[in-house]
Amino acid sequence: MDFNFNINDINYLPWLIPVGPLLAFAIIALITNRAQRVPATQIEAYGGYRPDYPGLRVPVVTPFGRVASIVVGMSGAIAAFLIAWTVFFDAYATAHFGEGDLIFASAFDWMATGLTSFRMGVLVDPLTAIMLFMVPLAVVCIFIYSIGYMAHDPRQGRFFALISLFAGAMLTLVVADNLLLLFVGWEIMGLCSYLLIGFWYEKKSAYSAAIKAFTTTRVADVIMLLGIAYLYFETGTLSFREILYNQAVLDSLAGAPAIIFGGWGLSAAGLIGVFLIIGTVGKSAQFPLHIWLPDAMEGPTPVSAMIHAAAMVSAGIYAIIRMYPLFEAGGHPHDGEFTTPLLFMAIIGSFTALFAATIAVAQNDVKKVLAYSTISQLGFMMAALGIGAYVAAAFHLITHAFFKALLFMASGAVIHAMEHGEHHVHDHAHGHGHGHGDSRTTAELLAEATALRERRMLGSGIEADVIRAEAIDAHDEDHAHDDHDTPAHDPHAHEVRGHDDHPEGGFGEHGAAHPFDPQDMMNMGGLRRTIPVTALTFAIGGLSLAGFPLLTAGFWSKDEILAESFLGLTEGFGPHALVFIMLCLAAFLTAFYTARQLCLTFLGEPRTEEAEHANLGGAQSIVSITMQLPLIILAFFAIVAGFVGVPSDFPIFGAIFSPDYNRFHHFIGPALLVEPPTIQFNWIPVLFSFGVALGGLGVGYLVYGRRPLTAGQPDPLIETLGPIHTLLKNKYYIDDLVQVAVVQPSQWFSRNVVSEFVDRGVIDGFLHLLARIGNFIGDLLKTLNLWLIDGVSDGIPAGIGRFGVWFRQVQTGRVQQYLLLVLVAALLIGLLFIVAANFVQAG
Amino acid sequence: MVPLWLFLVVAAALFCIGAYGVLARRNAVAILMGVELMLNAVNLNLVAFWRFQTPLNMSGQAFAAFVFVVAAAEVAVGLAIIIAVYRNRRTVEVENMDVLRW
Repeated sequence: MDFNFNINDINYLPWLIPVGPLLAFAIIALITNRAQRVPATQIEAYGGYRPDYPGLRVPVVTPFGRVASIVVGMSGAIAAFLIAWTVFFDAYATAHFGEGDLIFASAFDWMATGLTSFRMGVLVDPLTAIMLFMVPLAVVCIFIYSIGYMAHDPRQGRFFALISLFAGAMLTLVVADNLLLLFVGWEIMGLCSYLLIGFWYEKKSAYSAAIKAFTTTRVADVIMLLGIAYLYFETGTLSFREILYNQAVLDSLAGAPAIIFGGWGLSAAGLIGVFLIIGTVGKSAQFPLHIWLPDAMEGPTPVSAMIHAAAMVSAGIYAIIRMYPLFEAGGHPHDGEFTTPLLFMAIIGSFTALFAATIAVAQNDVKKVLAYSTISQLGFMMAALGIGAYVAAAFHLITHAFFKALLFMASGAVIHAMEHGEHHVHDHAHGHGHGHGDSRTTAELLAEATALRERRMLGSGIEADVIRAEAIDAHDEDHAHDDHDTPAHDPHAHEVRGHDDHPEGGFGEHGAAHPFDPQDMMNMGGLRRTIPVTALTFAIGGLSLAGFPLLTAGFWSKDEILAESFLGLTEGFGPHALVFIMLCLAAFLTAFYTARQLCLTFLGEPRTEEAEHANLGGAQSIVSITMQLPLIILAFFAIVAGFVGVPSDFPIFGAIFSPDYNRFHHFIGPALLVEPPTIQFNWIPVLFSFGVALGGLGVGYLVYGRRPLTAGQPDPLIETLGPIHTLLKNKYYIDDLVQVAVVQPSQWFSRNVVSEFVDRGVIDGFLHLLARIGNFIGDLLKTLNLWLIDGVSDGIPAGIGRFGVWFRQVQTGRVQQYLLLVLVAALLIGLLFIVAANFVQAG
Repeated sequence: MVPLWLFLVVAAALFCIGAYGVLARRNAVAILMGVELMLNAVNLNLVAFWRFQTPLNMSGQAFAAFVFVVAAAEVAVGLAIIIAVYRNRRTVEVENMDVLRW
């Protein structure tokens, strides 16, 4: 590794971009996340969890820990933001950035592989640069939003640590210069999605959703890893510049037959491409691996914004945009020659776009609509890439991130406001004159109530509502007693009791039979009057999503996709036609459900009492400022970000915004070896874009906005669509199908085969057998020991003893007998001498 | 002259009588008397051999004198022991003196 590190050399700067958030993660996790243990029944700090057993003590972050974690997290994010924008503007200022050597790159030999070595490093080419513009901005907005949103959560320190890790992983992925480092960032983000979706881990639906997200993306990641391994096998490198910017390598990959399925005409590039696309199918929630994304709404709203807008799903699309030259290798999509990966993307993308849009039409939960909308828009991007519209896909990625993050955060604000309204209603229902006098306390109360609600700890049902009512009850009594309110400490928390001891009446129409769901759009209405800023930003985001003509960013990016696909359609290419038709339909539905969402939420009259009193608690509280500021920033970008990509021959607007060339296209183009051509302006796709957008918005307004729904009125779509509506509302029953076809068999298999048979039967059986053999040998040796060894070593002394007892009888004590023996002995010796002497004489 | 073998036979006879006395008499004093006989027989043997083999060498006579002395001393000690035993055990029969046995 060469340490000629010169801070002034821009090539080394990208290394520092992920460092900020990653370091923030480490510091928060190890140092600043100070917590103290409180009994779980002490709810004022802990927020309403029922203890699992009496005496359970749970950690709650200390005020110091809260503030310190926020400060460290924000500094990490802002550091990444500043450095990333420095790099971006430096890249923008470089003419022909991306061609040949005009990139920022830095690498070192990371691992020796025989004679060569695998180099790890960072790369900033035009695609990376625009990601570096968007991602840190969105991340900073989300962090600011989280300060207020999670202000009363007992684990806010942990939250900031995890989203810092998430941001660090995303930035690592963005600046990576090889597939391996990209995959590392990819996997860390998968882990963080698990940790963050299941952030409120006591809640069953939350941790189930987390497991679902992680395992679904993991299935896809395994296949992606196979693709990466095969690529390394074929080319000996994983560096982007060496593979994707190198025509010789691409041609060889396109020419070699694939190691499997090669007999069907699939090239190595095709197989690798398909595998990598499958990775994105999982990560960016395309059909059929989309099932995790709607359930991921269980996580806190900032997490939804991060996962579904700025980071995770964007990462999937970024990866396939990055690998586009590989997918294109061997074919010319602009001339109608499609390779297998491109076809795969076009079909899956367009299908998913339409599929998810249809489901979104029938959803009532405000966040679920946005979730399916995200899936649909990602389908747009994938389809665009499938027909070769590289620049359009990248453009849509960027604009989508802005307006989707905006929409998610605005929906969080809406939910927050609804909770406030609910609190207010219950307050009044109990006859305590608790007005909106003390806005600061109230605002904090709401934030906390929102958090409580979002967690929906106790599930729905009678029980939940009764306990909520008790909680409000207890709160009121508390409020009557003491009045110390400091911003950091919320004393008016809700105390959850394990049993029902205040079965007071006065719950009003929100009795035990109908637990109130503040996320249900059917309970909203008329919110434009009470939360105007949120309403306006939400509307801007929604219009951008729908592609409102000319004024919103979504229009420009979507129009480009439609224009490219139309061009192919006129030239008679099948995939282009498919993409054009399906995306037009999907765009129409997008506009429709967006209009539906806006009308149901903001127009008309409040349909419930809670909606009547919904508000964010005054403009001055820190919670409402931190929650609304990011909305305003992102709303600005949701409008303006589109103007960098106006085609230069577009009437009027082209002359204003892109007098010389389409700036976005001109910047991104050099990322590919062969710059993609700009297409000629054609009225027809533009008219289609206008048509579907305005048409969808119009129809939605006609159905939902002209005569806004009143309380209790059912959705008019139900009677129009009839049984189709039920099908859409239940998401085509795919989740249930997966549950029955995949999850339950797996659980059966793991319970019965792996656990019972293999683990307890085979492995434990083998171990028991070994134990029995050991015991047997031990007994054998013990017996042997007793017989042989003890026998011998006890037997010999015993024998000697017995001999001694017998022999000692010689000693009689009688002297005469001794003397007799002496005489006999002497005679014998004398005889011996005589005999010996005779022998000597004779012999 | 009296031949050597006559002397030796007499000495041997005396010795055997003495041996018989040692082994077969019950009274301890009688045993001592037998021991004396044996010693005297040995002395006779010694003197006979001296007279007939090396008459000029005085060591033969010296040896015989030694034997006398030792015999006398031994009798003294032996009688002392018998008296001590009698005082303790009131008997002089060696059959009753079998304490030092197993």
